[in-house]
Amino acid sequence: MSNSSLPFGNVFAGGTGLNLSTNTAENSASGNVDQTIHDVIIVGSGPAGYTAAIYTARANLKPIVFASSISPGGDLMTTTEVENFPGFIEGIMGPELMGNLQAQAERFGADIRFEDVASVELDGNIKKVTLDSGDTFQAKSVIISTGSEYRKLGVDGEERLSGHGVSWCATCDGFFFKEKELAVVGGGDSALEEALFLTSFASKVYIVHRRDSFRASDIMAQRAYDNPKIEILWDSEIASINGEDKVKDVTVRNTKNGEESQLTVEGVFVAIGSDPRTDLVKESLELTANGTIKVDGRSSRTSIPGVFAAGDVIDPIYRQAITAAGSGCAAAIDAQHYLESL
Amino acid sequence: MSNALEVTDSTFGDEVLKSDVPVIVDFWAEWCGPCRMVGPVLDEIAAEQNGKVKVVKVDVEANQATAMKYGITSIPAIYMFKDGEVDKQTVGAKPKAALIKEFGLDA
Repeated sequence: MSNSSLPFGNVFAGGTGLNLSTNTAENSASGNVDQTIHDVIIVGSGPAGYTAAIYTARANLKPIVFASSISPGGDLMTTTEVENFPGFIEGIMGPELMGNLQAQAERFGADIRFEDVASVELDGNIKKVTLDSGDTFQAKSVIISTGSEYRKLGVDGEERLSGHGVSWCATCDGFFFKEKELAVVGGGDSALEEALFLTSFASKVYIVHRRDSFRASDIMAQRAYDNPKIEILWDSEIASINGEDKVKDVTVRNTKNGEESQLTVEGVFVAIGSDPRTDLVKESLELTANGTIKVDGRSSRTSIPGVFAAGDVIDPIYRQAITAAGSGCAAAIDAQHYLESL
Repeated sequence: MSNALEVTDSTFGDEVLKSDVPVIVDFWAEWCGPCRMVGPVLDEIAAEQNGKVKVVKVDVEANQATAMKYGITSIPAIYMFKDGEVDKQTVGAKPKAALIKEFGLDA
């Protein structure tokens, strides 16, 4: 990922999303039950969901993909340039990549619907998926590829000042911090990508990282070191975000000696990783100690026959677009084998 | 993008603050991916509420005075105004069911 491109002019071609709705819908009596028993329903539309859609569609399984109403395409929809997805020599914009995956899945007949899943019933031979609209769909197999959601710092001021200086989306919100000083929290590729991107707006970007080295790739770390607007605060974490109705400063705590100091910034971008999004299935599927959906070995098979999981929702380690896509492929093939065995 | 009425720095007072019905204001910008996704959701809400609430949008790049007045630093920012005051606010693209609940609208 690089800081060279501004977000303006991104192609938001619709993509693949993975955000699920909150489970708020009171969708009991109002909905219709589609009586067709489909072969496979895919929940989520990031690289895992769309790749599963491409493979199952090519296997003539006519997948239905519930891509979410508001975040189809998933996390890559808010990134800038993806430099490490194989096959794109000069890189590709995240939204364009996801638009391509969507179009590729549709080309083979995937039925992609921009709707939110409210609940699932996974036991038994016929699985039921109910949407926020109340409508219910049935299938012999389900692939869960709901991705992950941004982890919060959990410090004082974060929630209250969210939208008033605290942000999770550099490409959305960098504009508001022209010539201002900012903090980016985190030390992975995502954090450095955000920091580098934000230097095109901000006068100064502090990277607050709790360790003394980055988890990020060397190429991203070198770009951060080389950028004159970036200053790195090693062994540091945010203790609180301060301000009445907007961010005034943050309290930074040294993770080695516990000393606290104030850092004057007007914005805080949080990029400390993400947690698997399992709200839909945590009551029905076995999870691991990491909170991911438990799968059998290298397969995508969950604790319930006919239910498969792919992408970040099963992956506590790699969490890359390409590993998610590979995982979606595995889920599609596992689902196909399962359907053949029925 | 939403089909909602485009409100500017100069029309915000008349269209939003002096409105007889509650107004949902969608602060958005062209470059913001999640804004593109939530626009049609707000259109649906506007259609279903049938005049009980009004939905408008403010392009924060073209109307920075209004965006600054309300301290907008993250978009999409979706605010509900009642009687000229901010009644409720939420940040980020959310599905229809979640917005209806947050804004206390009739489902």
